[in-house]
Amino acid sequence: MSKNADIKPVTELTYEQAFAELEGILSALETEQRPLEETMALFERGQALVKRCAELLDKAEIKVRQLSGEELTSFVESQV
Amino acid sequence: MEQLSLFKSPSRWTVADLTRHLRQLLESNEALQNIWVQGEISNLARPASGHLYFTLKDSAASLRCVMWRSDATRLRLALQDGMAVEVHGGIRVYEPQGQYQLQVDAIRPLGEGALYQEFLRLKALLEAEGLFDPERKRAVPELPRRIGIVTSPSGAALRDMLNTLRRRYPLADVILAASPVQGDEAPPGLVAALQNLNRVAQPDVILLARGGGSIEDLWAFNDERVVRAIVASEAPVITGVGHETDFTLADFAADLRAPTPTAAAELATPVTILDLQAGLTFSTSRLETAIYALFDGQRGLLDSLQSNLRFCSPLRRVQTERQRLDDLSRRGNAAQAHRLALELSQLKGLERRLSALNPMAVLSRGYAVVTDKQNDKIVSSAALVKTGDDLNVRVADGNFDVRVTQ
Repeated sequence: MSKNADIKPVTELTYEQAFAELEGILSALETEQRPLEETMALFERGQALVKRCAELLDKAEIKVRQLSGEELTSFVESQV
Repeated sequence: MEQLSLFKSPSRWTVADLTRHLRQLLESNEALQNIWVQGEISNLARPASGHLYFTLKDSAASLRCVMWRSDATRLRLALQDGMAVEVHGGIRVYEPQGQYQLQVDAIRPLGEGALYQEFLRLKALLEAEGLFDPERKRAVPELPRRIGIVTSPSGAALRDMLNTLRRRYPLADVILAASPVQGDEAPPGLVAALQNLNRVAQPDVILLARGGGSIEDLWAFNDERVVRAIVASEAPVITGVGHETDFTLADFAADLRAPTPTAAAELATPVTILDLQAGLTFSTSRLETAIYALFDGQRGLLDSLQSNLRFCSPLRRVQTERQRLDDLSRRGNAAQAHRLALELSQLKGLERRLSALNPMAVLSRGYAVVTDKQNDKIVSSAALVKTGDDLNVRVADGNFDVRVTQ
């Protein structure tokens, strides 16, 4: 939860990454005293993470592939 | 001895009494009531009543058999004359015709009994090896990123599992490793699919499943090679072999066992997308609560800063400095007094600039604010008043009422 460059744009995060970071921000906001500016930055990051998670859930679509030998190939479900 | 005495002094019977006596003899004999009998089906008859009648015979003898409708409807086997079977039931006597017959409640193909013996032998062996120990069972992840499926690519089982995963947890990435699920090629196919999935795709959990079928259809899931591949799997394995009542050895070896492919897919997704959405709503309210608490704290801080600011206002300093000036003047320190007077006038300038920002300050230059007493509106035009109206006039240091006379 540092301010360093390791903070990725939310659009690059998977659901699990985004949710884990959101959890970290929530516990920081709920338990720690920080300068106002930093807190506001955390809050905004938190909002962006919530939005990212909601988007990922809304557009989640299962991805099915087939293992053929050593390769993963696309699987067309109309075969079923 | 009794029979012997019967011959010594012949007793007299009615047909009905004798038949009833024979019936009681046969039907009360425990050894004849829970039996498996091998033979070949002949004279199969299926009247409209739904009961089944047939004769079970071998090279030396024949046995009349009846299967009541309630049992016949549960039969999974398509019976036909000439079929070699084992039937289960008990001996009954049909008094009107003086016939004994086997009342059948289950039928299985001949050879299944031997299959079952083999199943029990293998189960005991693998159990003794510890392959079914509860301590061996691994936990299934709550949020699987990648789910492996081992099944036939063309069965309803795959469709059911994909539909269930899609509905419950569409975030998952699914990898299908296709394999035959019945027949001789099924065990090596299932083993290869499990091994390849683990090696190439490294899933978080594997579903090993097939749709319902007869015991023979499911037999690949009792194969020792399949059981050992489940035990060796890196990822936890959930079986969904479509049979509600019978457990296969694969079920015993699996980390979780479900009765159907659909139920297996449900076990693989203990947390659904609905749970995640609810969790997100909760996180949002936590975020808001945290930030509101912070705002409240800051507002309190701001209030105390404002009163500090009032304490430091130039007006206050003017008063203090004036007092100091008087004091210094009294002490005849003219130079110091002059400097202070200068500072005082600067402060007064500051004070004036401050008060210029106050909208009421303009009143001190002789302007007045006139309001209509009836509606408290500002009178900005002569057209807004008429003779007799009561007005209020507000000037720099107070206000008074007037009446319009003209």
